[in-house]
Amino acid sequence: MKLRAWLLRCKGLFSKQARERELTDELESHLQLHIDDNIRAGMSPQEARRVAVMKLGGVDQTKEAYRDRAGIPFLENAVQDLRFTFRQLRKNPAFTITATTMVALGIGASVAIFAFVDAALIKPLPYKNPSRLLFVTQTTPDIPRANLSYPDYLDWKKQNRVFASLEAYWPQEHVISTPAGMEMVTGAQVTASFFRTLGVGPLLGRDFHAGEDLPEAPRTLILSYASWQKRFGGRQEIIGQPITLDQEPFTIIGVLPQNFHFAPVENAEFWSTVATSWGCFKTRHCHNLDGIARLKDGVSEQAALADVTRIAKDLETQYPDTNRNVGATVAPLSEIIVGDVKPILLLLLGGAALLLLIACINVASLLLVRSETRRRELSVRRALGATRARLIRQFVIEGLVIVVIGSVAGLTGSHWAMQILKGLIPTDMMSGMPYLNELGLNSRVLIFAGALAGFAAALFSLTPAFRLSSLDVREGMAEGGRGSAGKVWTRIGSKLVVLELTTAMVLLVGAGLLGKSLYRLLQVGLGFEPKHLITMRVGAPYSTYGEDEKAAVALGRKVVAEIKSLPGVTSVALAQTLPLNLNGNTNWIRFVGRAYNGERNEVLQRGVSSDYFNTLQANLLRGRTFTDADDLTKPNVVVINQTLAKKFFPGEDPIGQRIANNDLNPRSIKEIIGVVDDIREGPLDAEIWPAYYYAFNQFPNNSFAVVVRTSQAGESLMPVVADAIRRIDSRINISGETTMTARVNNAQTVYLRRSSTWLVGGFAAVALLLGVVGLYGVVAYSVSQRTREIGVRIALGAQRTTVYRLIMKEAGALALAGIVIGTGCAIIAASLMRKLLFGTPPWDLTTLVCVAAVLGTSALLASFLPARRAASVDPISALRAE
Amino acid sequence: MSNKTEIWQGTLALMILKTLDTLGPLHGYGIARRIEQISGDRLSPNYGTLYPSLLKLEQEGWIVAEWGVSENNRKAKYYKLTRSGRKQLEREAKEWNQTTAIVARFFEPVEDQS
Repeated sequence: MKLRAWLLRCKGLFSKQARERELTDELESHLQLHIDDNIRAGMSPQEARRVAVMKLGGVDQTKEAYRDRAGIPFLENAVQDLRFTFRQLRKNPAFTITATTMVALGIGASVAIFAFVDAALIKPLPYKNPSRLLFVTQTTPDIPRANLSYPDYLDWKKQNRVFASLEAYWPQEHVISTPAGMEMVTGAQVTASFFRTLGVGPLLGRDFHAGEDLPEAPRTLILSYASWQKRFGGRQEIIGQPITLDQEPFTIIGVLPQNFHFAPVENAEFWSTVATSWGCFKTRHCHNLDGIARLKDGVSEQAALADVTRIAKDLETQYPDTNRNVGATVAPLSEIIVGDVKPILLLLLGGAALLLLIACINVASLLLVRSETRRRELSVRRALGATRARLIRQFVIEGLVIVVIGSVAGLTGSHWAMQILKGLIPTDMMSGMPYLNELGLNSRVLIFAGALAGFAAALFSLTPAFRLSSLDVREGMAEGGRGSAGKVWTRIGSKLVVLELTTAMVLLVGAGLLGKSLYRLLQVGLGFEPKHLITMRVGAPYSTYGEDEKAAVALGRKVVAEIKSLPGVTSVALAQTLPLNLNGNTNWIRFVGRAYNGERNEVLQRGVSSDYFNTLQANLLRGRTFTDADDLTKPNVVVINQTLAKKFFPGEDPIGQRIANNDLNPRSIKEIIGVVDDIREGPLDAEIWPAYYYAFNQFPNNSFAVVVRTSQAGESLMPVVADAIRRIDSRINISGETTMTARVNNAQTVYLRRSSTWLVGGFAAVALLLGVVGLYGVVAYSVSQRTREIGVRIALGAQRTTVYRLIMKEAGALALAGIVIGTGCAIIAASLMRKLLFGTPPWDLTTLVCVAAVLGTSALLASFLPARRAASVDPISALRAE
Repeated sequence: MSNKTEIWQGTLALMILKTLDTLGPLHGYGIARRIEQISGDRLSPNYGTLYPSLLKLEQEGWIVAEWGVSENNRKAKYYKLTRSGRKQLEREAKEWNQTTAIVARFFEPVEDQS
């Protein structure tokens, strides 16, 4: 029954006029009936009508009560308010556009950044119960996360009491033959229960069986979904088909689900089991694996760490030659996958939030100013009987309309911003962040947007409503209508402006510090000249060049000779590992002729060809570098970097000294022939490690990188060089063609800082603009309120400069307050993002001073305009205007 | 004040239903006069207050309205009790009786406590 009544009332909203007419008719007939009765009772027609009308009571009241019952008065009023709001907004297009743009900007930026945060940090990884998954590896005193060796892994797997399962993997590239020639394909080798540990089942076919990772098992292959689509056209019959990888037969047994990703091996296409017959898997020396584990129920991360540490200690006593100082470490798998981007994303989210805050404050103060200018209107409406609630509702609706328009625009904008930001991420960076593929406006992001909109709506409707509570009708309607209210606004407004300037200061300092860190990072000494250097990786078939060292040396020589003969090439060299790569690929050395008690001297080892140091234009400090004649027939020689010389030969001449592996194997003994200035082998923001460079010709390999110095910018030469190499042997695979400058600029450390600098810088620029506009607004309003006072002052003989000073002092005080408070907040904020700073302290004085200067100057400019207007006030017209 | 209005509206609704039950289809004026008469002119509200109540009853589905002609040939809107309206009247009447009975007991002189 109740529902029916409501439905009828809703219907009543639309058939209002008909109803109204019917009621009028009904009341008319009522009167007529009453008049008839009265006349029958002997009254005169006039008297009869008068009595009937009186008895009926106020027709309008009746109609009003009837109307309230016929429709839903609240809704009708709301519709009326809405219409009124739209009319108001249309009448002030400048206000409407400014307010909605600010809301759209703030919400758009926040939502776009939040979507990244959601994709990376909130959305759970596509594994079963991902919070119970750990990343498990070894540590050494110098390397916090070192790879596991296979024998160690097997012992850990057998002896641990904390893991439901412990599995290992490592990235492994494969060469396959395609119609277009040899192609390098990314892949990973895993132990048999790897996918079961993650809790991922194949989309098609089957998972690896237990024991399929043993050497005697036939080789099998699981495809990633993307690879299945790209290389095999998504055909179901692919299961069970043979395929040849690296000249070895494999059988395709399964396809992974589409949403599966495992960032540590990036976009691995081919998943196979570990090839344990390879030499590296047989020694505890060779560390190549990472481990993942699923915790047993009820076991904590700490307990797991204690348990693997215990095993590592046991192994250390058991195998001191290989496991001395080798510890264990565990970390949540999610931290390994998203740990790098977490601080940056949180920083950006913070920046976007501040921007939203400043935008909201600006809109709120605009609304406040408007509520001031509408005091007359409000007082009149109040005097005519509008309830306070009704007036407040008017503001709430106005705030809601602005927020709704702004949010819709902001959401649309954020959708585009996400696509643009995602497009700006370089492909190889993206492959390390596969979780970003699911970026989008999902329900969590929409809820977040809704919460922001709700916050903004509450702020916008409450600010003027709060002001309204102090509205005095009589005063509001008084001619001129200024009185104390103007001062109240100036007081609230100036507080808001200080808040805005503080926020702008925090963002500007953040952007400044990030920019300076980026600059510092790019200024870091590389130890070589990156300009006009191109590089690419060469993979020659193992069967021909891998087992025969002489063939590999000959191939290296041929590659150098072929490239050198190309026009535009100045010099060429080979390297096992390119610079700016990682502080890994280490060896554990000892010094011939020195007492040795098993200490772990972990240093980088790099194989390079004879022209490597002059091609890079590295600085030779002592001795000589390699010549082409330092080959298999000659005694082994090495060049060391300065850090190694300083660390292990303090106050000694290293030239002529000999180093060796810790087992003193005669083949490993090498004589030091030279010292080079440190070349940056690891990331730009990492420490320089001791390193030695051995001669490629003495320890050759079938896979290496070429480094080519060109006389001009070298991009155009890249395909020419690649062709030249392929001419030597068509089975050679070329990959990773790039320039050294690009390697510097696209290094993750640089990229993350550059992108965050740009984004935070953009936020800061907008915040500065908004803050300055806010300041302008407050000062201009205050000037307009004080026109008469200024007129009086001038009339009494005040100089124009005095007036200038008066206004500028007011603005200056606000700006100063903003800068001082902002500096404090900025230092606190910068301390929170210390991880992202490089070579720059959070209290970096130059940045703080520069930012304060920028903010101060902009503030002065913003207040100059109203100050000039104040100074040019004509005292006569100012006084007469009253 | 508003509470009182609500009670008044409630009783008014009950009186309207009872009137229609007793007299059959009737126009607003007739209902108003009837209420006045039955109350012995002690209840003499402005006739206008009747109409929102009629509308409410109509929305609840307890009465229906139809334009008709009065005995002295005037056009008038006639209200008629529906079946659910009659049920509602029975329910309300019962409740009313119970309520008044209970309240009445409270005002009976109490003897056994003196």
